[in-house]
Amino acid sequence: MARSRITLKAESDVITARQAGRETARHLGLSLADQTRLATAISELARNAIQHAGRGTCLITDRSNQHAINIQVAVEDRGPGIPDIERVMEYGFSSSRGLGCGLPAARRLVDEFDIQSEPGYTKVTIGMVRPRVP
Amino acid sequence: MKVPILRFKNILLTSIQMDLTDQDALDFQSDLLRMANSTEAKGVVIDIKALDVVDSYLARILNETASMLRLLGTKTVITGMQPTVALTLVEMGRELIGVETALNFEQGVEKLQRSIEKREGEDSYGEE
Repeated sequence: MARSRITLKAESDVITARQAGRETARHLGLSLADQTRLATAISELARNAIQHAGRGTCLITDRSNQHAINIQVAVEDRGPGIPDIERVMEYGFSSSRGLGCGLPAARRLVDEFDIQSEPGYTKVTIGMVRPRVP
Repeated sequence: MKVPILRFKNILLTSIQMDLTDQDALDFQSDLLRMANSTEAKGVVIDIKALDVVDSYLARILNETASMLRLLGTKTVITGMQPTVALTLVEMGRELIGVETALNFEQGVEKLQRSIEKREGEDSYGEE
């Protein structure tokens, strides 16, 4: 499994992370639309980590097999955690300036979406899966 | 990274050529407002052809910028949005609501010029 890890510690790392995601998607042969969906979703998650925790990591994993292209992206941070995940996932909820629709927006762009959060640790995992065309 | 803003007659022309950090986007917003105010521009064209990602944050900044410019009396047109960016924004449920758009830079400038001429025509009619 090919992996790339991006350390998120400055705003510019949001750009680095989404470009790495796009590059992985492109390399695996995903369409331009899917490359853009994945890059945009990563941008939302990476920004959340920087804004709420000041830093974090973004791990991009190629889990493709012979049947499907499968990319998983996990963004982790050691920030305060999300006290009410359901509320955050409501469209339009805003916890700080410029955020608020980041997580629900990301969820709409990908096939798999999971949040684990507790005080001091948050991990958001997204996945994009596309069957290989024979 | 600073986004250059050019003045052409009573229109400001600007093209975002690189991915902006959040701070870059905020700086761009305040530069544009300051310049619209000092030049008394009637319109602003923001070209985003070079952007392959517009996430919810940047979409919001662009929306807010257009609203702020409208309050100054300046009309904004966003041009050159890539099809995959449009697709992603609509899927996210975060369209650039309320912002005028045009296919490319040239059409954006024409659209603005027409609307400025129309507005000026109406103004002079009102003064008679």
